[in-house]
Amino acid sequence: MACLNSDGTLSPSGRALVAAVSSPVTPEEVAGVTGLALFRVRAGLRELAAAGLVVVDGDTYRAA
Amino acid sequence: MDATHDDANGGARLPRLNEPAPDFEATTTHGVVRLADFAGGWLVLFSHPADFTPVCTTEFLAFAAIYPELQRRHTELLGLSIDSVSSHIAWVRNIEEKTGVAIPFPIIADLDRAVATAYGMVMPGESTTETSRCVFVIDPIGRVRAMIYYPLTTGRNTEEIVRLVDALQMTDARQVATPANWRSGDKVIIPTPSTIEVAAERMSEEFAARTEGFERVDWYLCKKSVEAL
Repeated sequence: MACLNSDGTLSPSGRALVAAVSSPVTPEEVAGVTGLALFRVRAGLRELAAAGLVVVDGDTYRAA
Repeated sequence: MDATHDDANGGARLPRLNEPAPDFEATTTHGVVRLADFAGGWLVLFSHPADFTPVCTTEFLAFAAIYPELQRRHTELLGLSIDSVSSHIAWVRNIEEKTGVAIPFPIIADLDRAVATAYGMVMPGESTTETSRCVFVIDPIGRVRAMIYYPLTTGRNTEEIVRLVDALQMTDARQVATPANWRSGDKVIIPTPSTIEVAAERMSEEFAARTEGFERVDWYLCKKSVEAL
């Protein structure tokens, strides 16, 4: 989803996703809150998790 | 030789109907996406020959026009060509600047042809450097449910793609088939009887009386009404 810019800062959608996972939520819940398509949420959360900015716990994600 | 292994396609096994769609992870205009990111919904994966070309531009305008219709059907669009992300971005921005139409769906930048090869999108008889106009409809559990191939010269009918998605979803929901030129709201075909007993039942007046909108040509061709999805 390109949540991270090449300089390591968050893109607008990255900021939206990080804000949406302040408490543990599923990708489906994030899609509902942000209005983003589910595939974009899944891809974005994966990218943010790889960067250590969100934590995966089973089916839910939360900010690191 | 297995007909699904194509020498001209680098020996890759080509997709077949009702089998798992080839998996991928690809760079797109919306970041890196995987096939699995679309799980649970329908996906229309389509290729176009090249950015900044006339037929493709008309097609992208047409795909953008049907995108809201597809979203109402829990269906996403994903484009692809053998161009870079920067080329895709420049083209999409140019389309919006010249026509006012935003392209809302991601486009795969398949410079290494990994996805194009897996899906058999390059037709060497037409071009060895461009993908042809291919469409793959992939269902919520990742199976290829329909494939359409058009040549470089001929733009696709995107309304047909919406109709196709409608028909596939109706088939899944009601276990029926759909006749030629079927559209949502039209009668559907009751599956052909597979036994003498069921064929006889299909010809009975009792069956006709309890089947909404029943229409019979003969035992093997009967239609009925169904609620729209």
